[in-house]
Amino acid sequence: MRRSLYPGRDPEIMKKDTVVNILFCGTGGQGVLAASEICGWAALVEGYHVKKSEVHGMAQRGGSVESHVRFGKKVFSPLIAKGSVDYLVSFHKEEHIRMVGFLKPKGIDLIASFDASHTYLADKRFLNIFLLGALSRYLPLKIESWFAAINTVFADKNPEENKKMFLKGRESG
Amino acid sequence: MGRNRYNKLIMSSSKHSHIALLSGDEALAQGAYEAGLSVAASYPGTPATEILEYLSRFSEVNTQWSVNEKVAFEVALAASIAGVRSLFSAKHVGFNVAMDPLMTSAYTGVGRGFVIVSGDDPGLHSSQNEQDNRWIARMAKLPLLEPASPAEAKEFAKKAFEISEQFDIPVMVRMTTRICHTKENVLLAERVEAPKKEFKINVPKYVMVPRNAYVRHIDLEKRMIALQKYSERTPLNKVELKNKNIGIITSGISYMYAKETYPEASFLKLGFSYPLPEKKIRDFCKKVKRVYVIEELDPILEHEIRALGVTIKAKDASFRVGELLPELIPLIVQGKKRPEEVSTTRKPVLCPGCPHRQTFWLLKKLKLTVNGDIGCYTLGALPPLGSLHTCLCMGSGVTFMEGFGKAGQKPAVGIIGDSTFVHSGITGLINAAYNKAKGLLIIVDNATTAMTGNQPHPATGVTITGEPTKKLVLEDICTVCGADHVDVVNPYSMKEFEALIKQRIAEDALSVIISRYPCRLIERTKAAMPVYVKEACKKCGICLTINCPSITRQEDGTIDINKNMCTGCNLCAEVCIPGAIRKS
Repeated sequence: MRRSLYPGRDPEIMKKDTVVNILFCGTGGQGVLAASEICGWAALVEGYHVKKSEVHGMAQRGGSVESHVRFGKKVFSPLIAKGSVDYLVSFHKEEHIRMVGFLKPKGIDLIASFDASHTYLADKRFLNIFLLGALSRYLPLKIESWFAAINTVFADKNPEENKKMFLKGRESG
Repeated sequence: MGRNRYNKLIMSSSKHSHIALLSGDEALAQGAYEAGLSVAASYPGTPATEILEYLSRFSEVNTQWSVNEKVAFEVALAASIAGVRSLFSAKHVGFNVAMDPLMTSAYTGVGRGFVIVSGDDPGLHSSQNEQDNRWIARMAKLPLLEPASPAEAKEFAKKAFEISEQFDIPVMVRMTTRICHTKENVLLAERVEAPKKEFKINVPKYVMVPRNAYVRHIDLEKRMIALQKYSERTPLNKVELKNKNIGIITSGISYMYAKETYPEASFLKLGFSYPLPEKKIRDFCKKVKRVYVIEELDPILEHEIRALGVTIKAKDASFRVGELLPELIPLIVQGKKRPEEVSTTRKPVLCPGCPHRQTFWLLKKLKLTVNGDIGCYTLGALPPLGSLHTCLCMGSGVTFMEGFGKAGQKPAVGIIGDSTFVHSGITGLINAAYNKAKGLLIIVDNATTAMTGNQPHPATGVTITGEPTKKLVLEDICTVCGADHVDVVNPYSMKEFEALIKQRIAEDALSVIISRYPCRLIERTKAAMPVYVKEACKKCGICLTINCPSITRQEDGTIDINKNMCTGCNLCAEVCIPGAIRKS
């Protein structure tokens, strides 16, 4: 397992054999699933075992959307148990309130990045990329892996714009 | 949308030693493809839809969205009997539609391998019930495989074809939403062709008249005994001996939750869970002190293992309802009840500009009792629109309209989508005409199967691969079914639509109105947005009763129309009594 290139965040999760638990929440149409997809790919590119879980169907129609991403040496459950979330990435204030109880006691809540997005981000379509940038500061994944993942999931559409928004989010936190 | 997206992801994955992040559905499809699959048929249904969508990208596989699951099952089984590997997939309730051919398929057996995949939906994320299709394997006498992850789904799909051919029987693979829609690293391999086996005429095997079927039933029971022996020796049923104080017998996704919670316990993981490996279970129970059975939904393993005469502990009956979650496993082991949960999730709504909204607004305005059906338009039941009053299963919009009418409901009004009408509404309409029923059926035709992600169907004139094909004309079929009047309206022409509904419900006739406008997820055009004159707003909130996601109330009681979301359908302008929202 790779060591963090960004030390001083949360040493606990960098220990061998531990699994990193990230919960993305928002509503249908906000790009929550694309965000978790990119996160999953970024971890996969670095050789981690990844499990990502969400529900499709009704969720497309503006309902609540939550996506669990877990990666590490070996992952069993695709769902993060309540109270075990390391990082909570919210796309919506009300959904944040609903999910904040899933954080573990020392878990990191990225709601400040969502708040910051109102000032930093003119185009809401880049909210997911912006929040991933903010999240990336805490995760032991190389920045090239994130860019590779973004270009994989978005099929090389707007690579420069995405890169810019990602870095904006990364610097915002 | 599926095809291009999948191509891109797989191509990119090839840079990373042929590993892709695949969902359970995609991984199962990939496994079937690698096993030489030739024919696959299905009808869209969450959580199993993506199996066929993924397969449709391969030129070696003949894929189809069938009219319904019964048709899909028969086409796929026939292809197997005729000599190629084939697959049928459906959501759990889709299996109910396919039960007629399914129940006799174990009698006839197969030609080349035939795999049937059920996507069960514990927790009813997107379904009308929570049925446990492990029962179907038992009722139809089919061997059952239960993968616990996407990576296993791929391997099990390959194994399923082998078992099907070895024992001359369709093999059922049961997945659940949490496996279908979990993504995991999956290793991709090359396809190995499965050559066609020539069909040999064999009337006693393939013509199921009573005498032949009786003989085939005897043969089936023999095959089940052989399968039970296979269940004892297959590595799909895996013993992991660790701490001998606690042993857990489990299958499917429950294994992952239990393993996560008790990594040091001993496990008997049932990948081949019917027929049960009885001896393996007895031996396991002898080796560990206390044995827990952990399973989602119905107590099937629990009852069958108890019937072996071994002592086990199992979940409280309250856990027979709802999806299992990792945090619930300790409660099951401690013999506690499932905690009551109040759902706080945001409910789905019709998209901004959705043509169904106009239809439901009119039905509400006219205070009609409406028999509904399954699709996006079932959302018309939710307040504040609240103008759909029954919904049971596919096709019930038509048959309930008839039943309500026969019970004296006047006017009897049914509503059904275009894809659902083709799936199982046509027979209901013929029945209504034949049995002299009166009433009004509204077909909300948005030219797609919207709720499951915009799949084509016969009335779209396009196949699963996007090729043009013969198009079923809805107004023609309604006429030949025996409807007295068939009208087509644009739901955005509300005055015309309203007048037509009023006229038809006043008549003593069987009428069909086709409310036709493409789904807003297909036709993303925008008309001019309405103008909101804040000063004229009386803050009455009537515009909020159309439940449009682009309208939100401000703190001062006035409203805001989100210009990115608004499509310019102008329903809000239509309903605004003070005239504060105006057509531009």
